[in-house]
Amino acid sequence: MSFRTWYESQKQTRKFHPGWIVMAVSGVLVVAGIITIPATLVAETAPPPAAAAPPAGTSDHGKVPGTDMPKVIEQTPDPARLRNAKTIQVDFSPPPDETMPTGEFGQAVRLGKAIFTDTQTYARQYVDNKLNCVNCHLGAGRKADSAPLWAAYGMFPAYRDKNKHVNTYEERLAGCFRFSMNGKAPAPDSKEMVALVSYSYWLAKGAPLGVELKGRGYPQLPKPQQKPDAARGKQVFEANCALCHGADGQGTEMSGRTVFPPLWGKNSFNGGAGMSKVKNAAAFVHANMPLGKGNSLSEQEAWDVAQYLDSKPRPPDPRKGKSF
Amino acid sequence: MPLSFIVAWIPGSRIRVLPRLARPPARITSLLAGVASITWVVTGASLAHADGLAGATLAQKGNGGTPACMTCHGAQGEGQAAAGFPRLAGQSQAYLLKQLQAFAGGERKNPVMAPIARSLSAAQMRDAADYYAGLPGWKQAGAPHTPSAQYAQGLKIATEGDWTKEMPACFACHGIAGEGVPPHFPALAGQPMAYTQTQLNAWRAAQRTNDPLGLMQAVAEKMSDAEIAAVSRYLENPSRPGKEK
Ligand code: HEC
Ligand code: HEC
Ligand code: HEC
Ligand code: HEC
Repeated sequence: MSFRTWYESQKQTRKFHPGWIVMAVSGVLVVAGIITIPATLVAETAPPPAAAAPPAGTSDHGKVPGTDMPKVIEQTPDPARLRNAKTIQVDFSPPPDETMPTGEFGQAVRLGKAIFTDTQTYARQYVDNKLNCVNCHLGAGRKADSAPLWAAYGMFPAYRDKNKHVNTYEERLAGCFRFSMNGKAPAPDSKEMVALVSYSYWLAKGAPLGVELKGRGYPQLPKPQQKPDAARGKQVFEANCALCHGADGQGTEMSGRTVFPPLWGKNSFNGGAGMSKVKNAAAFVHANMPLGKGNSLSEQEAWDVAQYLDSKPRPPDPRKGKSF
Repeated sequence: MPLSFIVAWIPGSRIRVLPRLARPPARITSLLAGVASITWVVTGASLAHADGLAGATLAQKGNGGTPACMTCHGAQGEGQAAAGFPRLAGQSQAYLLKQLQAFAGGERKNPVMAPIARSLSAAQMRDAADYYAGLPGWKQAGAPHTPSAQYAQGLKIATEGDWTKEMPACFACHGIAGEGVPPHFPALAGQPMAYTQTQLNAWRAAQRTNDPLGLMQAVAEKMSDAEIAAVSRYLENPSRPGKEK
């Protein structure tokens, strides 16, 4: 009797479940880990990768653990590096749109993408300017170095200095509604919020949790050689930006839709938005503008033009002027 | 215009010069003044249109050595798909003028259009640009292409680009469904496939270099032959975005 027929017969009798093998293997690994980890900890300070025992839950799907795992798991850093998650960077690429799931969850993902790329249509009542989320998070929230959603999702809950408490992911999204979109946030259980979280979660599928992924946020620039200067920035603006955003910075609308977004004035982000900080705007502009020619401005030019944007009027920070 | 001033002046003056004629009642004076001012407005308006008229003549009959534009660009400026001659109708005046100047000045190279552009005076260029900008632009013609892998690829490039290689969507600059964003970003919708393909190839090979900030070249240089073909095909008859539930 071959192993295979024995295995099949055991499966038929239902006395045996393939998960047992997984349980047995992982059990051995856990025991081995318990024995070896303290031993090595004595020998050296950095522990070896904790025996990556998959939770027994994986066997529910009747699959050999590992076969269906996204590639990035192989790049998961060892625990010592994980502890310093701020300093390491892991490569990740989000799944292609063609692999979006179907069914109810798939619908939520699709709606999330629609809200993100056309906020003016799909979440109109929460927005009080002419922007769409995608204007600052390019490529439908995919583009690296423009604060992509797949890199953000696994980093929350997190403490934020901005509001001095631990924020959930929903609360992080709410921040961009309130400041970047100069509006008000949808409730955490609203259709819109659920859709945006579903879309982010799906984009982050397979990414390690709690790890700074390469391409997160806007790559911060080193301090400029010369103090950022709005007058120099104005020249940078006229030469490189006005073509699309307009000499008056008010952008362009066609058929009632924002093509080139406004950079200041009542239709742009407010004074509390991340983009209203010169260092964030400089970082975003350097990596992403002019559209399609990211990293073509010098760092000094990016700082100067950001300073120029900062010198322009915009809706006030909603937190200011209120009594706390 | 001077003529209409004379017309306006004569009735008034006759009344003063021939006072003994049965004095026309004030009503007739005001009637004449009314007719005069209508003449004045109509003449003024047609003079303002003269550019467009001159452009139409140029388009339909040519001018001395210059062949009629319509022989290649179509009776309504709709272009000729088979030959790859571009649609001009509905493109912005500033953009058309800029291209004629670029052909004449050599920043845009084309053995057919360059001599034609050089044969035009500055005023004729403006007339032709005015005329074609005033013709109706492209309208979606029937159902979009039957879905195929190439169509899907073209749609994706046009609406989303490919950020893994820093390539923005065509419509990020050229407007929703390629309708154009005047004055700098021309309409792409309804252009013959062969024409769009030629332009993208020309930028990729640095043979067309008249784009502001090198924006279009930065896009084209990231494209493969297959991508150029797919998006050029898609742009012949692009669809407007549908609605998500
Ligand atoms: C005016 C520009 C702007 C707009 C519009 C905008 N955001 Fe943001 N967003 C930012 C900035 C700036 C940051 C901070 C990036 C950083 O810290 O590096 C940010 C951060 C985020 C983050 C966290 C990123 C991370 O890695 O921690 C998420 C998630 C997010 N935005 C979602 C949204 C959503 C959803 C919308 C639309 C409702 C939106 N944003 C609209 C500018 C914008
Ligand atoms: C080719 C056209 C083009 C040029 C040139 C250009 N931008 Fe943009 N910009 C865009 C588009 C389009 C977006 C929105 C991106 C999206 O939705 O995918 C944008 C977004 C932005 C945003 C974030 C959204 C907002 O409204 O605040 C800022 C800030 C910005 N651009 C600044 C600049 C600066 C500064 C320059 C010049 C150095 C510049 N841009 C040059 C097209 C352009
Ligand atoms: C013999 C055929 C022919 C005639 C006649 C002709 N054209 Fe063209 N035209 C072309 C071709 C071919 C192109 C595309 C050139 C290229 O590939 O760069 C073109 C391109 C153009 C463009 C650029 C369009 C764009 O979207 O960038 C303009 C403007 C233009 N022609 C105007 C005219 C005018 C005005 C006339 C009449 C005075 C005229 N053409 C007569 C063949 C012709
Ligand atoms: C960053 C902005 C930008 C993006 C993105 C962009 N274009 Fe352009 N495109 C331009 C500009 C600017 C011009 C006008 C060039 C000139 O002034 O001669 C142009 C001109 C063109 C023309 C010439 C049209 C004519 O009739 O003369 C074609 C064809 C074209 N683009 C195709 C595309 C395609 C296809 C894509 C997407 C793969 C694309 N463009 C993406 C900026 C852009």
